[in-house]
Amino acid sequence: MSFDQNAFLIIFTASLISISCGLLGVFMMLRKMSMTGDAISHAVLPGIVIGFFVSGSQRGLEVIIGAGILGILATLIIDWLKNKAKVQLDASIGITFTLLFAIGIILINMLAYKVDLDQECVLYGEIAYLPIDLWITDAGFSMGPRITYLAVLNLVLVSVFIFLLYKELNLTSFDENFGLVIGLPAGAINLALMSMVSYTTVSSFEAVGAILVVALLVVPPATAFLWTKKLTSLIKLTCALGIFIAITGYYMAYLVDSSIAGMMVAVGGIVFLGSAFVKSIKPNWIFGTSTSIKPLEN
Amino acid sequence: MSDFLYFFTFQDSSIAFVVIGITLLGIGSAYVGTYSFLDKKALLGDAISHAVLPGICLGFMLAGEKNPIYIVTGAFLSGALATFLTSWLKSNTRLSDDAIIASILSIFFGFGVVLLTVIQKSGNPEMAGLNQFIFGNAIAILEEDLYIYGGLAILIIITLTAFRKEFSMLVFNADFGKSIGYPMGAIRLVFNVLMILAVVIGIQAIGVVLMAALLIAPGAAARFWTDKLGKLLLIAGAFSAVSGILGTYVSFVIPQMPTGPWVVVFLSLFAFASFLFAPKKGVLSRFIARKYYLKKTHQDHLLKLIYHGLESGKNSFPIEEIYESFPYRKRQTKHTIDELLKTDLLTLNQGLIDFTSKGKSEAKRIVRLHRLWELYLNEYMNIAPDHVHDSAEKLEHILTPELEALLENRLNYPKLDPHQEAIPRDNDEL
Repeated sequence: MSFDQNAFLIIFTASLISISCGLLGVFMMLRKMSMTGDAISHAVLPGIVIGFFVSGSQRGLEVIIGAGILGILATLIIDWLKNKAKVQLDASIGITFTLLFAIGIILINMLAYKVDLDQECVLYGEIAYLPIDLWITDAGFSMGPRITYLAVLNLVLVSVFIFLLYKELNLTSFDENFGLVIGLPAGAINLALMSMVSYTTVSSFEAVGAILVVALLVVPPATAFLWTKKLTSLIKLTCALGIFIAITGYYMAYLVDSSIAGMMVAVGGIVFLGSAFVKSIKPNWIFGTSTSIKPLEN
Repeated sequence: MSDFLYFFTFQDSSIAFVVIGITLLGIGSAYVGTYSFLDKKALLGDAISHAVLPGICLGFMLAGEKNPIYIVTGAFLSGALATFLTSWLKSNTRLSDDAIIASILSIFFGFGVVLLTVIQKSGNPEMAGLNQFIFGNAIAILEEDLYIYGGLAILIIITLTAFRKEFSMLVFNADFGKSIGYPMGAIRLVFNVLMILAVVIGIQAIGVVLMAALLIAPGAAARFWTDKLGKLLLIAGAFSAVSGILGTYVSFVIPQMPTGPWVVVFLSLFAFASFLFAPKKGVLSRFIARKYYLKKTHQDHLLKLIYHGLESGKNSFPIEEIYESFPYRKRQTKHTIDELLKTDLLTLNQGLIDFTSKGKSEAKRIVRLHRLWELYLNEYMNIAPDHVHDSAEKLEHILTPELEALLENRLNYPKLDPHQEAIPRDNDEL
């Protein structure tokens, strides 16, 4: 097969997105907040629509700000419902994200003639159009696909965030109370992580859609978690899985002529379920009886 | 307005069908959802509702059209597979519940999107009908759909009502049920089947993405109004049915608007109104109750302070001295004194505070409760006299007259508390 530049760009961008999501997803999973990630990725929708409407284009900073605000707002509403209104956590999550998502869909329908944004794009994304969505400078010089730049920027920010706060994230994920005792602002770190998740959701939703972002946030870390017990190898494995999903997903989608993002998730799902199956039938005598030790669980 | 009349007078029989359909499936989903909410498994419903998408698409591909039987069967099977995988992963891996649910949800939805795009690219003209399952379109419920969806909803409602005892045992105390010989595994299986059925029929009106709201919100909202299971189910059903009808009405008036989001918005309105304004459990009434309690305790403490002063031989109490006894709380103290003056418990004469007779008996009552409780702790709990004060300080505000009578009786109308201070009675002289 000859080198296909478009295929390379799509796979490259998809890998970047799934690595960014996976990196954040690892910490979300360890904090048992995977469903909060799900909630945030739904809840940013009204922010995206409003930002879209205000700025008139999807390139505006307003979109990212709007989505960021909504993501944090969703976290705060969930906390408020849980702590102040005493609604149980799962119901708080369920009520918050469905309401915000519903408002987003209603806004899209009401502004359908004014914004170039439809339900399908929000839900599934379309990474296949990436090579023709170019970033053209004022001088008329084409710089290459816009979404790839967004993905690079996103990955850089996520990596810097995790690199700088690695110790804090690590500590508060495993033992929040100990973190509080030694003086870490656990609440602020949590909010910062949620902001990063919202930002990643926004910068990825055009490519993979609001719901499939969840899959990239959750599935690679969950799969890696089945294979390893160390945080560093968990992160490495998650990144590797992200790249594998992007490559396989692209070619599978090419084969059956279907959505690339959807296929990436489907591949991830097969790897995940396969891993779970293999791990569950693997006889203990290969690795001794180490399965009874569960150091990653609180 | 004419739209309103047209819709709600059911001149058009198809609207009557839609309203009947949405009421039935709203009530059915709310019933199942309330049980799963009580079981603290509310998000499993979210996972199932996303997971039915591939089943719907497969059903559509096999039938080649929007055939309700194929679609319901497909949706049911993929929902069942998702439920099974969720519990299998839970017992066979170390993953936490939320990671499992989020994974299953997104993986199945991913498969669904793949199939959906495959159908889209096949160019089947019936395709448009399939999009309704994403966000729901209750107006599209036809008469023949109604027999299937409505029938299933009635089946759900009847099963849950007939086996209410078994299902409440499942959600409240499954171990107890098992120990007295009920087949809890089978009951759980039936419940999961009902849950999947509720999702399958609900997506017609709400869509797969937002179906979770129809399962979670009614139960969560109704929980703020009552502690009784029967009433809880009725209120949840009512919330759900009313929101369903309102949402359908909006999407009837604005044709391009999907039903689901509006139903969710109305449901959330009910839910948030309940969280804020429900009597007893609502945020507002708990806030007011707390304020009232704090005010009452401050009043009690103030009366007690004056009583202690009089007891130690003072004849009158300067108001400044009261302020000094509650440092940094002058404003609150002043407010409380005003209140007590208004309710005729204290009198203020040239800066000197004194009891009215009503105030004196109230102060005696508080001091009496305090000392009775101290004595009770000391005599019956064998707690040392120097350790009983803190508990009495809390209990003096909440002991009822009935408890007071019981304490008096049990302690045989004592004269002195553990610190050898007199326990004041109403007709004692001070």
